[in-house]
Amino acid sequence: MKKWGGILFVLFCTLLLFVTLSNSAFAADPNVAADPTAEHAWWFWPLVLFVVTFLMGIFAVLGGVGGGVLYVPIISGFFPFHLDFVRGAGLLVALTGALAAGPGLLKSSLASLRLAIPVALIASTCAIIGAMIGLALPTNIVQIFLGVVILCICVLMLTAKKSTFPDVQQSDKLSSALRIYGVYYEDSLGKDIDWKIHRTPIGLFLFVGVGVMAGMFGLGAGWANVPVLNLVMGAPLKISVATSKFLLSITDTSAAWIYLNKGCVIPLMVVPSVVGIMLGSFVGVRLLKIAKPNLIRWMVIAILGFAGLKALLKGLGVG
Amino acid sequence: MAQAEIDVEKASKEQILYASVLEKGMYIGLLALFVTFLIYVSGILELRIPMEDLPAYWQMSASDYLHAANIESGWGWVKLLGYGDFLNFVGIAFLAAVTIICYLSIIPTLLKKNDYVYTVLALLEAAILILAASGLLAAGH
Repeated sequence: MKKWGGILFVLFCTLLLFVTLSNSAFAADPNVAADPTAEHAWWFWPLVLFVVTFLMGIFAVLGGVGGGVLYVPIISGFFPFHLDFVRGAGLLVALTGALAAGPGLLKSSLASLRLAIPVALIASTCAIIGAMIGLALPTNIVQIFLGVVILCICVLMLTAKKSTFPDVQQSDKLSSALRIYGVYYEDSLGKDIDWKIHRTPIGLFLFVGVGVMAGMFGLGAGWANVPVLNLVMGAPLKISVATSKFLLSITDTSAAWIYLNKGCVIPLMVVPSVVGIMLGSFVGVRLLKIAKPNLIRWMVIAILGFAGLKALLKGLGVG
Repeated sequence: MAQAEIDVEKASKEQILYASVLEKGMYIGLLALFVTFLIYVSGILELRIPMEDLPAYWQMSASDYLHAANIESGWGWVKLLGYGDFLNFVGIAFLAAVTIICYLSIIPTLLKKNDYVYTVLALLEAAILILAASGLLAAGH
């Protein structure tokens, strides 16, 4: 146990070291914008990107967050890539992760297609609007908003409560009409759990904001999906987490197309990131059994807070 | 009965169909992404943008990059598929298209169940995603 704790600590330090080194490598060269190839060979940044996203994949799984929410603030804050390409790659990273998880979650009935379809229609439409706004605004403004949103996510992670089995006395009219309910097998209780939802109109309205933010910043929106599905609409926590992950495959698809069509995709950034996060996630899942969730969660919040602050300062022109 | 089979029974027909199409699409997309990337980095095909030049481009905004590299926005990459770097867009675009295929595939099942509300919702979602993919929605700095 202690050995694994030590390994995790070393991995955390490595992630910080890489992020700091990449930042100093970027900052050390004042002429980087004028002559970016002077300091490093072309493969340097994709290689660092691969290592950082690998470590990010481990901590995303252990910290219970999506890769996208870590990717955009860290990569945009500490790497020389323009925010447009980081958002494009961030969406594809989140999309690939959601596509990979989707089939299993749907087959196990943990993700509900019936719940996802109306929510996704609103979120994906708004993600397109968000992407268009995000690409139309000046980069420094988007970076400032990104920093603020990331810092708010940290606060949300620190304060938000979760309800494993929310008490839903009665379905609302809309969810009844749409027949949004289901049943899943709860391992911890050894029995089937019937679930239904309430406050559907409020929940759907909140997904307008979730979609806009997902598209504007290229973030996977699991951090916002789960509280809305769980705390507002009353879906059980497992259903909320699984449906949220599946939802990303739809929301991020719409925004990803906008970024793809606007030229915000550089394969030399996208593929190392996707592979890095995926390999990191595999390792993370193995470490999950022995990791201390609270400690990891604090580490992730610390990384996120640091990256959010960096994004804010960069947007303000002081970072 | 195995737990997995019980869980599959709890999911609706269209949910299982969606999952199965998604699974196949995801594997094909990921395979295409990795294979085309290997072709790219191996140098088998000529590159449109030499790798040594990329650091100069990835610091620009996307619109400046398209202008500087003389690349069309939208589906302009299709014309450049003969180049190793742009071949990568096959896998990327396929992964971005999988959800559209999934939605279209469940419509007959929804219709068979006379679930007209969800048929309309699925058609609307597919239309929204196709609109996003079409490149008609222009925005830029």
